[in-house]
Amino acid sequence: MECLLEQEVDTVFGYPGGTILNLYDELYRYQDKIHHVLTAHEQGASHAADGYARSTGKVGVCFATSGPGATNLTTGIATAYLDSSPVVFITCNVGENFLGKDSFQEVDTTGIAMPITKATFLVRDAQTIPDVMRQAFAVAANGRPGPVLIDFLKNVTAADQMIDYEFIPWRQNRGCDSIRALASTQLKNPEPNQEDVNTLLDMIAQAKRPLLICGGGVVRGKADREFREFAEKLDAPVAITVMGGGGFPGGHPLTTGMIGMHGSRASNVACDECDLLIAVGCRFSDRVALDPATFAQQAKIVQIDIDRAEIDKNVLTDHHIIGSAKQVLRMLNDRMPQYQHTVWKEHILPLRAPSVAEDSPVLTPQQVLEVIRTKAPEDAIVATDVGQHQMWAIKYLHFSYPGQLLTSGGFGTMGFGLGAAIGAQMGNPDKRVIHVTGDGCFRMNCHELCTVEHYGLPIITVIFDNGTLGMVRQWQSLIYGQRYSETTLDRGPDFVKLAEAYGLKGYRATTRAEMEDVFAQALACGTGAVIDCRLNIDEMVRPMVAAGSPITDFLLN
Amino acid sequence: MKKQFNTERKLYTLCILADDSPGILSQVARLFSRKGYNIESIVSGATDRPGVARISIEIIADELMIDQIAAQCRKLLPVKAVKILDEDTCIRREIAFIKVAAADRAAREEAIQIANIFHAKVIDVSRDSLTLWVFGSQSKSDALIDMLSDFGILEIAKTGTIAIERGRSTIYDDNKLKEEYDYGKNVL
Repeated sequence: MECLLEQEVDTVFGYPGGTILNLYDELYRYQDKIHHVLTAHEQGASHAADGYARSTGKVGVCFATSGPGATNLTTGIATAYLDSSPVVFITCNVGENFLGKDSFQEVDTTGIAMPITKATFLVRDAQTIPDVMRQAFAVAANGRPGPVLIDFLKNVTAADQMIDYEFIPWRQNRGCDSIRALASTQLKNPEPNQEDVNTLLDMIAQAKRPLLICGGGVVRGKADREFREFAEKLDAPVAITVMGGGGFPGGHPLTTGMIGMHGSRASNVACDECDLLIAVGCRFSDRVALDPATFAQQAKIVQIDIDRAEIDKNVLTDHHIIGSAKQVLRMLNDRMPQYQHTVWKEHILPLRAPSVAEDSPVLTPQQVLEVIRTKAPEDAIVATDVGQHQMWAIKYLHFSYPGQLLTSGGFGTMGFGLGAAIGAQMGNPDKRVIHVTGDGCFRMNCHELCTVEHYGLPIITVIFDNGTLGMVRQWQSLIYGQRYSETTLDRGPDFVKLAEAYGLKGYRATTRAEMEDVFAQALACGTGAVIDCRLNIDEMVRPMVAAGSPITDFLLN
Repeated sequence: MKKQFNTERKLYTLCILADDSPGILSQVARLFSRKGYNIESIVSGATDRPGVARISIEIIADELMIDQIAAQCRKLLPVKAVKILDEDTCIRREIAFIKVAAADRAAREEAIQIANIFHAKVIDVSRDSLTLWVFGSQSKSDALIDMLSDFGILEIAKTGTIAIERGRSTIYDDNKLKEEYDYGKNVL
């Protein structure tokens, strides 16, 4: 517990059980210093710790017991890993005497977590606890952030294990010797390579049609200001990836919106026609660079990333700079003159679609999001699940700061949103948190409504209820000959009654007017609320490019 | 300029220096299994630096494939250095123990003669068997095994291949690539 306080941890998410009893017993003594949030399920706790980390920029902490407790975390750990979110997962395992004997609730937790974490630690000696804890937090937050798992044997956590311990505040111990020792040379405050930066400046000077991509690295590195300055000085269109949401203001005159499979025409055409593509903190996933061979085929591609292993992984590049987005962009901004790319901008920017929802007698997704955008506070945090509603939310809402959009972009975890919203609300009590979900995703983890109610969190859940797994149906409509195999969700529960059963407010909206009305009520009601928005089953996310196709081969306009 | 990768599949040796921490071998090995690649041989041993192990892995791959795996290896926190070696740049050796049937004196003598040609040594002998020790390239031990197969091979134990670069340069040498990976492990 002292080690957690060292790291200035004041909130943890988790679920107790047999092997972790010792830790919870100690937590009882520390309850005035460390606030534990009990969820309905370990998966919810894992997403909550992740949402907390993404929205606050601090390291999230999540507890679970051995065996099923640990395996229930795995989806959450993988989600955090794919989206580079710093979370320390703490599990306990059976005692040393029972290890490896298929004991009750025993599983090889570190073995399971190895491929989905930056590092795992199995603690067999109480004396090593302080070091392991410091290292774990340092590793989670250092470089490219990510999840770390510590598995304590039960006997190690016993109260009779006395250890030598001295409190060291994290600013002194993080990034210090223990972590530096892991690198092969003793680098102090490493800096990006100035020559690499100069090379890029030369490339920029020769470019006529530059395009910028704002990736998740801008968000995770909190480099939004530096990125904005860079974009404005370069005077180039900016495409934003799903993970880059919040790294560049959604309503900025230079933004062309999302890029990739559901990217805007402006972004995708710009990508195809640009002569210099600068991607910041973006790994060119298969949802962005659908067809690596034709991706930005006329352009010199430059990648700026903190993780060297991302260079040339998915798309071959012409140049790269290794460094945190903040450091590299600062170095670039210091030396770069103001450019004007008027002709290029005038070619690309008018391709942007009008962003006003059309009138319609029935409620449309864009109308729902327009109500949220205009009625919710501008700095409201939005947590989404995965699917059509996710794409619509990212297209039609505007995000202006890192941590405002919480979405499972890499792993695509259905059921992520509610847990993430709980974590975000815990970490940002002064902000409004809105959970945008679909009926399929919501059903997966809606039991966390009890957590929303118990802790009095004013989270508004907006369900895009079209009675189907919309994104899968969209593929079935377009690619699988309208054979809707097992995607129709013509079943309960009644989400309004469900909300009420959990002690929350439940609303339903079938028209725009109703949506405006119930959203205002939900904002004012003071408790958590669920709004069931009834939508047409055949609404589609537009535009769309099929997986593996060149980025301008639109299947749908 | 975009990097050009050689698409020819050939035998590469990946040499990895890593902290001798629990699980390091499985951490490295899973990078191969994840992509469905088969490891030809894997050897782990001590180095001149305490607490640091050297893992040598042989794999048949093309350049892009081996480059990607090396990148994922370099990213692992306990890994200090990685070097990709191929036939032209390194020396490779392995040791094999070969137990052959040798029913009578004539067979024994003939087997020993063959062993001498290959500079193999007899390390154990019994009335009806002979165990040989051969050190060298993989092709050498393969050739010996082939010659001895007429006698009847009872058992073979191989160490797997270790490799080292030709010339003065070592795996410890600093270079820009290494600096770039270290950056990711160090910056806060």
